[in-house]
Amino acid sequence: MPARMNTSDIRLHARGLSKTFVLHTQGGVHIPVFDGIELKVASGECVCLHGPSGAGKSTLLRSLYANYKPDAGEIRVRHDGTMIDLLMVEPWEVVEIRRRTIGYVSQFLRVIPRVPTLDIVAEPAIVNGVASGEAHAAARTLLSRLRIPERLWSLAPATFSGGEQQRVNIARGFIVDYPVLLLDEPTASLDAANRQTVIELINEAKARGTAIFGIFHDEEVREAVADRLFEVGKQPLRKTRLSATAAEAAARCQPLLLRPVTTSITRRQRNTR
Amino acid sequence: MTALRKLAPRQALLEVSGVSKSYGGQVGCVDVSFAIYPGEVLGVVGESGSGKSTLLACLSGRLAPDAGAIVYDMNDRGPVDILSLSEPERRRLARTDWGIVHQNPRDGLRMDVSAGGNIGERPMAIGARHYGNLRTEAQDWLEKVEIDLARTDDKPRTFSGGMQQRLQIARNLVTKPRLVFMDEPTGGLDVSVQARLLDLLRGLVRELGIAAIIVTHDLAVVRLLADRLMVMQRGRVIEQGLTDQVLDDPHHPYTQLLASSVLQV
Repeated sequence: MPARMNTSDIRLHARGLSKTFVLHTQGGVHIPVFDGIELKVASGECVCLHGPSGAGKSTLLRSLYANYKPDAGEIRVRHDGTMIDLLMVEPWEVVEIRRRTIGYVSQFLRVIPRVPTLDIVAEPAIVNGVASGEAHAAARTLLSRLRIPERLWSLAPATFSGGEQQRVNIARGFIVDYPVLLLDEPTASLDAANRQTVIELINEAKARGTAIFGIFHDEEVREAVADRLFEVGKQPLRKTRLSATAAEAAARCQPLLLRPVTTSITRRQRNTR
Repeated sequence: MTALRKLAPRQALLEVSGVSKSYGGQVGCVDVSFAIYPGEVLGVVGESGSGKSTLLACLSGRLAPDAGAIVYDMNDRGPVDILSLSEPERRRLARTDWGIVHQNPRDGLRMDVSAGGNIGERPMAIGARHYGNLRTEAQDWLEKVEIDLARTDDKPRTFSGGMQQRLQIARNLVTKPRLVFMDEPTGGLDVSVQARLLDLLRGLVRELGIAAIIVTHDLAVVRLLADRLMVMQRGRVIEQGLTDQVLDDPHHPYTQLLASSVLQV
């Protein structure tokens, strides 16, 4: 084990994680995505999930949020001072862990129609017990920093541009100081100035001790925030059609697709401000 | 190896085990078991005829199941099998601790009593008598569900479908029930009213910490409202779990069919 990190600082720890999709409505196709994932993210560290498109990066990220259900393995998360396996707990416990411990910024905003932007951003803070006034003030600060014009705050984001919706999503993800933060291409459709703001937000979160695991396609962002890379998808993804018997197909099926290669490509000096 | 710990155990608000109900040879629901915790919202989805409404009727004490137990954590007595309660006890429970929002608001409202009277009925049933207080409370709730106060004394007959549904919700939530059963609460409403109602329901459920069981065939509704989802087919629960997990990574063939059949707008 290459881990030389202080184990008490580990906030997210995936062990032996495997995932295969079985598409029953499409002839029972088996799509193995990853196998035997080993991953540790420590407090104050940002790990970049790196690999080609279609390699299963989002699937892994969603699995770590318990949005997808891995077939085997453990996802240990430090919640209230103890490590808890996300795959073993009751649904209400996952809801509770997501509310307080794991934040997730997805690529697309999904919200109740007709709810004003300001309320959408303030909501995660309010459900964490922050007073409404204070939560709305924090939401205003984040929306200003992310350059969402004030005249849009009272509107529902359905009609916003892709970049604006993404920034609303980012504001929503950063309004709570989650101990663990998962980011799925947070800067995909942002201009340079807003990319810079997101870099600042990420670095501020790191300085507060947040453990961050994310997909950053943009090299500039990756360079600015990532401490190391977690590589997936060296081999192309294979699809195995279950034709004759399941056993026959299983025998033919490649046992694993992506071997995670944990490397430290961007071993950079962190210049903490 | 670090020891893994489970979170502190909680007392379930409602614990259902092995509930079955058939109508002659016709299957209603078969061997349904689950637990719901305080403040949790559970969605129940499935095509029509899958046993959703039968299950809801059994849970809310309106229909006697053939087998199984339904244990409810009563405020004053702790966990009690509701099937062992007497009829008056069960009615009292339904009036104070529970709310039932019917698909058709006409089934849940008194159409010949004013809107204010509809809201005041439950508080009066548990002892409120002061007219001024009752009226103030009714108007608070009309405001919450966004019905013009000028309509306080109008009968729900004169309301639109969406207003009737909002009034039904106010009538049920006024006594701050701990558990609300909802049967297709947004069915039959046009989409603009649906969105408003969803936001309202979500806000109220959060604010009051109410647990709710919502039966619907609309996956978008459960995605927005429910923490947890149960999928039913031919009377059986075929898949259950976190709502987003069941919808985004369904495992059962029928759930996959259901999730992939949603039209994108």
